[in-house]
Amino acid sequence: MTWNSFPRQTYRREVAIAIPAIYRSTVGKKAVMAVTGGILVLYLVAHMVGNLKIFLGAEEFNHYAHWLRTIGEPAVPRRTVLTLIEVVLGVSVVLHMWSAVSLGKRAAHARPVKYQSKKKSHAQGYAVHTMRYGGIIIAFYIVWHLLDLTFFVVNPKGSDATPYERMVADFDASRWYVTVWYVAALLLVGLHLRHGIWSAFQTLGLRTPRKERALRALANTVAGLVTLGFVSVPLSITFGWVS
Amino acid sequence: MKLTLRVWRQSGPEDKGTMVEYKLDDISPDASFLEMLDVLNEKLIAEGAEPVAFDHDCREGICGMCSLVINGTPHGPERATTTCQLHMRKFRDGEVIDVEPWRARAFPVVKDLVVDRSAFDRIIASGGFITAPTGTAPEAHAVPVPKPDADAAFEAAECIGCGACVAACPNGSAALFLGAKVTHLGLMPQGQPERWDRVVSMLDTHDGEGFGGCTNTGECTVACPKGIPLDVIGRLNRDYLGATAGGKKK
Repeated sequence: MTWNSFPRQTYRREVAIAIPAIYRSTVGKKAVMAVTGGILVLYLVAHMVGNLKIFLGAEEFNHYAHWLRTIGEPAVPRRTVLTLIEVVLGVSVVLHMWSAVSLGKRAAHARPVKYQSKKKSHAQGYAVHTMRYGGIIIAFYIVWHLLDLTFFVVNPKGSDATPYERMVADFDASRWYVTVWYVAALLLVGLHLRHGIWSAFQTLGLRTPRKERALRALANTVAGLVTLGFVSVPLSITFGWVS
Repeated sequence: MKLTLRVWRQSGPEDKGTMVEYKLDDISPDASFLEMLDVLNEKLIAEGAEPVAFDHDCREGICGMCSLVINGTPHGPERATTTCQLHMRKFRDGEVIDVEPWRARAFPVVKDLVVDRSAFDRIIASGGFITAPTGTAPEAHAVPVPKPDADAAFEAAECIGCGACVAACPNGSAALFLGAKVTHLGLMPQGQPERWDRVVSMLDTHDGEGFGGCTNTGECTVACPKGIPLDVIGRLNRDYLGATAGGKKK
């Protein structure tokens, strides 16, 4: 008999049947995070580019918002493509968070007795330490953001206003605290991407020593541009450059 | 040198354990960290107290027995150095030094600073070897190995299995250890037939032993006394995903 004839069972049988084998492993969970994170990064880039249309004026911005709902018409009914995107994003966010919580719980379980000495970190930078709490704050932010500009619950304007009007009213100078909250959350998104993009390549085994510098540069550039692009919109409205 | 040591004392696996303070005078800056602990133990024995239990063997940085989290850092402040090769001149006169065991569920404390690292042995037993007839060493040139592969495999094979990667990891993951073994064997022609079974079996054992998952914080490679690079974890991931999602495991 060889060593591989003794499979280890690490999950209860009913749980094991419900979850694919690969997802039960720590590497599989991280791979799911990497792939779903990649989908979310691509979406963020597209979302950010779309937001920048606010600098082209109300007509351009509203036209873009209208186009998002009519992509593929008349071949497919209104909002088909947008709904598909929303479903993919929803599934990605849930799987991303599920993997993160699962790995976080494993980590807590793996070290029941903490060190007495002050924890020293020697590797990487600040971003890596923001991943868990930053992720939680980003999750809350996404809920707020959806209530704000998707469902108009916490937006000063309602569904009868144009998208441009809702944006401008949202970040009005009198509502500076909303801008602060958006900018703070977006900075956390930037930090999340800075570690996350590099980390995704490492997780999928696509990082080699030769690609290390290029991947770090890619992560920093994408994180920087996405953050800058996103914060430029609320800041420009608050400071009155866009009205 | 005058030193104040705060050492983790725990009489056995069931004991709760606590940090105990010891004052030491006249420690030579040329003493190794373990020799300094020897001096402490001689003093404790002379006083009729229980000496501090700690793991050590070769004391030349190659066996992987010594451990100790010193001031919150596995193997102490000097990079790429085991505790036995760490010298007291790396510390300030009068410094307060915390000495703790590796902390991980998979590494239960046996006594004081000694932890049971047999979880690593079980990971190795689940695939960290090549099932092949042994005998006399084959002729070295009979199996050609490309130079870059030989170098990368050798780099990974430097792992001494001390467990510093687990001690340093905020997730308590042994991914660096596991990656080193998978890389070492997976790059060699002799390791190919069992390559895909090996990675699945070893990761399954790793997860089952209660180690955490890797989240690419990079703390392990900095703590590693042999400087094993993060590349080995990338290779572990690639081989595991290839074996499972890629369908390479038969």
